[in-house]
Amino acid sequence: MTIETSDSRRGFFAKVAAVACGGLATLVPVAAGVWALLDPLRRKAVAAAFLPVTELSAIPDDGVPRQFAVIADRVDAWTGYPSEPIGAVYLRREKGSRKVEALTATCPHAGCFVELEGTRCFRCPCHNSTFSLDGGIVQPSPSPRPMDSLECRVGETGEVAVKWQNFYTGVAEKVANS
Amino acid sequence: MSKPREGRAGPLHWLGDFLDDRTGWRGLIHEALYERVPGGARWRYVWGSTLVFAFMTQVITGLFLWASYSASAQTAWESVWYIQHEMTGGWLLRGIHHFMAHAMVVLLALHLLQVVIDGAYKAPREVNFWLGLVLMMLVLGMALTGYLLPWDQKGYWATRVATNLAGLVPFIGPALQKIVVGGPDYGHHTLTRFFALHAGFLPATLVAFLVVHLALFRKHGLHAKQPITRPDGMFWPDQLLKDTVAMLAVMAVVLGVILVPAVRTMLAGGQVDWGHVGAELGAPADPSQPYAAARPEWYFLFLFQFLKVFEGWGATGEFLGAIVVPGLIMGVMFLMPILGNWKLGHRFNVAFTLGIMAGVAVLTGLALNEDYYALWADKQQVAEAAKLFDETGGDEAKLLAAVGGDRAKAAEIAGQFDSVEKIRRSEAFLAAVQTARADGERAAELAGRPERIPPGGALELVRRDPLSQGPRLFAQHCASCHSHVDPAAPEAATILARSSAANLHGFGTAAWMKGLLDPEQVAGPAYFGNTAHKDGDMVSFVQGDLQDADAWKPADIEAVIAAMAAESGLGDPKTSPAVIDLGRDHVSNEERCGGCHRFRDNGTDLGIACDLTGWGGREWLVGLITDPTHERFYGDTNDRMPSFGKAAEGSVPRLTSDQIGLVVDWLRGEW
Repeated sequence: MTIETSDSRRGFFAKVAAVACGGLATLVPVAAGVWALLDPLRRKAVAAAFLPVTELSAIPDDGVPRQFAVIADRVDAWTGYPSEPIGAVYLRREKGSRKVEALTATCPHAGCFVELEGTRCFRCPCHNSTFSLDGGIVQPSPSPRPMDSLECRVGETGEVAVKWQNFYTGVAEKVANS
Repeated sequence: MSKPREGRAGPLHWLGDFLDDRTGWRGLIHEALYERVPGGARWRYVWGSTLVFAFMTQVITGLFLWASYSASAQTAWESVWYIQHEMTGGWLLRGIHHFMAHAMVVLLALHLLQVVIDGAYKAPREVNFWLGLVLMMLVLGMALTGYLLPWDQKGYWATRVATNLAGLVPFIGPALQKIVVGGPDYGHHTLTRFFALHAGFLPATLVAFLVVHLALFRKHGLHAKQPITRPDGMFWPDQLLKDTVAMLAVMAVVLGVILVPAVRTMLAGGQVDWGHVGAELGAPADPSQPYAAARPEWYFLFLFQFLKVFEGWGATGEFLGAIVVPGLIMGVMFLMPILGNWKLGHRFNVAFTLGIMAGVAVLTGLALNEDYYALWADKQQVAEAAKLFDETGGDEAKLLAAVGGDRAKAAEIAGQFDSVEKIRRSEAFLAAVQTARADGERAAELAGRPERIPPGGALELVRRDPLSQGPRLFAQHCASCHSHVDPAAPEAATILARSSAANLHGFGTAAWMKGLLDPEQVAGPAYFGNTAHKDGDMVSFVQGDLQDADAWKPADIEAVIAAMAAESGLGDPKTSPAVIDLGRDHVSNEERCGGCHRFRDNGTDLGIACDLTGWGGREWLVGLITDPTHERFYGDTNDRMPSFGKAAEGSVPRLTSDQIGLVVDWLRGEW
């Protein structure tokens, strides 16, 4: 059964107008909501910067990595946290060397926190990605790449600073988040 | 397999047929749209649809707001600030949600009015009318709970009043209040509970009732305006077009309310700060800070005013005004469908509804008139009465004496005292609104600094802000003696005459010091005139020695002024160092200032006059306010100034060192 309005041309116009008005009215709150929802897209990751982590003397020169917290001012949406641990790095140096190697503790596979298993190797508790003490992949490992190294500077007076960055996980190339 | 339909082809129609066979969607749509409208489509039937639309808008904007809102005492205001000031389009999203809530209350009133006047509540539609009343209360409940969620001063204090009134319900009141508030005090759980009510329980209940409301509406059909004079129409598209036009109009009005102020700023060539467009956000809720601008939203203002009718009745009055009378009114409304069965019942119902609405309008008008009276009152006309009121404090005998025993005149003046008091109350309210707005803007400004809000919340930020706290602390603790007024201001003379200690406006600056060394001013009300030092050594020095033009050339005095301003750190940075050095020489010279004052390493003992080392600087002022009786300052010549930071063993000082710091930073203009 179809019910025709008295004048079908007028009826067609009314239908189009009704859909247009209703659609437009509903579009306003939806558009405002989506606009606000997409706000994170224009927010950039904090630019990588050298952050002081520790003193050279705090890293024993035995080739075994030690875990250190990275401290920085952090802004999380509306809250500003002055000097807060924002992540962790493993630092390591060879006998008698002033050169420090830094590895981020974030697993390049899926982003879990990689743990040091004794003094033998690194192991990720999530999927058992295994890495040697210098961060290289120990097969078999689900991780697509070695642990991410970070640039590390040792100052005149022995202060150790690390260029803190996060990298996309799960891919073979090491690409910094932006 | 779908069976082929005549004259139709193409993949879209095939998909339509495929789904229709499995869901029957064409039938459902048909049933939903092809409803007979007796007597044809009319504008007066649009209100129900606009309400559904308004509710849908609230659901959509509410869900998106939810994606950025955080309900806790340390994050509610902060997250709303972030939505309003930092997120793209956040101001628009929040503005639509805020003002659509207002629109919904108006639409509710219109829908109710239309239903009652048209008699659409009568048999067999009684149940649907009752459902409508429940829906109305649910909407009002959502308005009430939503008002608190930003956790600003406005919502906080208004909601405190509302929950305290809930505590007046007999027997269960106190328990009810505790359950809603989430404990004996306002805090995290108040927010989590109000949020759950606002975004969960109430809308879910509303949807359930709305489904039944709409189902019954379709079952009974549209109640047509009688008598029917025109041919029947169809819901689709005739009535729906009118409905959607009305929806668009509602949205246009809401957008207009949000955008018109911004557009006006733009047209005037100004820069629009979008964070301040749309719904207002006050200063963060602070239970320790009075909020004289506390008022419910305009649609509850009538209730606020109604409670004043019962002033002086105590808790009984509030119980009557807030619970019994509104309860009786709702009771009568629930009985309307039954009353409508009698011949005169419908007329009574219409008269009752219109009467209530008129009453609400009158009460709202009265409330607004009380609050904004000063804006339109003729102050000139009661100027004399205002002056006499200040002089006599409203005392009849004093008034009679003041007008020289003229009884008729005294009676006339006394008759205007009410008006004077009304203006004063209104002015106080308007000032409080101003302060509230300024506080809100200041809080937003502080939150917007690069270091953002501390983890303890925005209240911490506000509490350690000299600009907003300084004047409050000064008013509370200092202003009973000291004034703080620009000497060039027109009201300065009156204010200075009332003060009994120095004017601290610009203390530490060259201008202040210049006044101190001016023989005309030093014994005046802005300096020592109203203190015990009026006849002291400093006054006689300024009026005597300093006038010896041989010893003190104008350049010498200027140098001293420059040196002292440099000492406080508030001097003109362009002043030549040579001038300052000359000034310092004079200040430390024991033939000049150094005879009484200690300054840096000159040899004068402390205790004769205050130490000028670091005069007017932060450390110096904090020291002075903490303990003016210390030998660095006034010692035993201290006039009446309390030691604000010192307390006897076991008691608390009048001001904490943080508070003293706030007053000092404010006085020094550092914020």
